[in-house]
Amino acid sequence: MIPRSFQYVAPKTLPEVVRTLRKYKGDAKLLAGGHSLVPLMKLRLSNPQVIVDMRHLRPKLAYIKSDGKEVRIGALTRHAEIEHSAELKRVLPIFPAAAEWIGDMQVRNMGTIGGSLAHADPASDWPVVALATDATLVAYSGRTRRIPAVKFFQGPFTTSLKYYEVLTEIAVPKPPPEHGWAWKKFERKAGDFATVNTAVFITPGRDGRIERASIAVGAVHTKPYRATESERMLAGKVPTIDLLRSAAEKAAEIAEPASDLRGSAEYKREMVKVFVRRALVEACERANLIRPQVAEVR
Amino acid sequence: MARRAGGAKAAGPLSKVSVRVKVNGVEYSHEVEPRLLLVHYIRDVLGLTGTHIGCDTSNCGACTVLMKGPWGDEWRAVKSCTFFTPQVDGAEIITIEGLARDGELHPLQKAFWEHHALQCGYCTPGMILSALGFLKINPNPTREEIKKGISGNLCRCTGYVNIVKAVEAAAKEMREKGSWI
Ligand SMILES: Cc1cc2nc3c(=O)[nH]c(=O)nc-3n(C[C@H](O)[C@H](O)[C@H](O)COP(=O)(O)OP(=O)(O)OC[C@H]3O[C@@H](n4cnc5c(N)ncnc54)[C@H](O)[C@@H]3O)c2cc1C
Ligand code: FES
Ligand code: FES
Repeated sequence: MIPRSFQYVAPKTLPEVVRTLRKYKGDAKLLAGGHSLVPLMKLRLSNPQVIVDMRHLRPKLAYIKSDGKEVRIGALTRHAEIEHSAELKRVLPIFPAAAEWIGDMQVRNMGTIGGSLAHADPASDWPVVALATDATLVAYSGRTRRIPAVKFFQGPFTTSLKYYEVLTEIAVPKPPPEHGWAWKKFERKAGDFATVNTAVFITPGRDGRIERASIAVGAVHTKPYRATESERMLAGKVPTIDLLRSAAEKAAEIAEPASDLRGSAEYKREMVKVFVRRALVEACERANLIRPQVAEVR
Repeated sequence: MARRAGGAKAAGPLSKVSVRVKVNGVEYSHEVEPRLLLVHYIRDVLGLTGTHIGCDTSNCGACTVLMKGPWGDEWRAVKSCTFFTPQVDGAEIITIEGLARDGELHPLQKAFWEHHALQCGYCTPGMILSALGFLKINPNPTREEIKKGISGNLCRCTGYVNIVKAVEAAAKEMREKGSWI
């Protein structure tokens, strides 16, 4: 399969990239890892006039940095670099855990976190992690704009980025070391996009209570969502398996899955209940709020 | 000059782009159409037909090659059907033709032979280069880790059992030799 012909440019600096995007209005498309865009162009589902390759920006925009408050990941950081980052394994282990299950090794060796977030495939993984971790997405267009993840994802393949904005960074508030987390991706076959994916964060409070719960769910709606009612059900409570199960059922009420190759809408809604419950149990175990459970309960 | 139907007001002429790339130790330099896929460049322009096209949709791994750099990337396995050729300007690439040394097969090639890890052989070049990229990251893997490592490569013949055995055996030999390539 051969894409339509296009003009190719690879600017040396970020301001030049922005200038190029402005010059061609909506006719230009950024190229990061290319592992969503190239397949789409080969199928001629996307036919940009101009491709603006960001490869020269790798030295500037591929990084993982953390300070006392935040972990900052450069937009051109590859999935594999996140998967193997010792720093992230220590401070934000949900990132390497999620990276490990994206596509396959070759895809992870090339695809970037910024490309995945900007692409906003409703079944992709990083948007769900970004939502659950209250990440801020940083866009540059000559000036810098900070967009909270909840405002970033607008619908299938649609974000609040303007055509001349480049996503440069994802900034994640550092969770307390005692936080519990879980990443669950249910895939139909190895390396597939998710049938359901979910990220859970639990901040433990006093007396074995949940201080704060954060639950994001993907692949079962036009965009990933936060299960805010479920989060409210859990805040301030001592978690029991029954409570976690009810919260997971609540999270499935928001889902509006489409029936497709990966299953019927009914089936997917059931899977939301199952995987959110498993994620909540695992996150509460990690936060030392419940004892490790037998497999049947999880 | 060719203007796109539907109107590329600003796009201008669709010009060729120059790429310089080192493949199996040999420097090449060409002017290419930007849309030329890397796998076509390797097969049709360089004539290295050991790199195969299976699915052409980024799924099967038959087109896998090893690539290094140029922008801070270490040697790693990638799918050459999912690249525009200009993206690899300045990079180094190893294809299946670049593995044997002085007529001696690479440990992975030898192990695939000895463990009957191929039948038709169509997936084999990609499978070997994926395995090599994987062993670079994890030189001493368990069987489970090997399975996950090569899960981006499809084989329609063998059922994978012998492939996993071959990778395990090659990993051992490579550790003993202390060399990767
Ligand atoms: C076989 C296969 C399996 C996959 N499996 C999964 C999976 O399981 N889960 C998953 O989440 N993903 C999966 N993916 C998608 C993969 O993660 C892509 O790498 C990712 O979606 C896009 O990142 P990229 O760097 O390749 O972006 P590109 O393809 O280069 O770009 C994607 C889009 O984002 C825009 N863009 C890119 N970077 C920026 C930026 N910095 N600022 C603004 N816009 C930008 C581009 O213009 C383009 O429209 C899979 C892909 C393949 C080929
Ligand atoms: S030809 Fe199948 S992944 Fe490239
Ligand atoms: S040996 Fe035939 S596809 Fe693998």
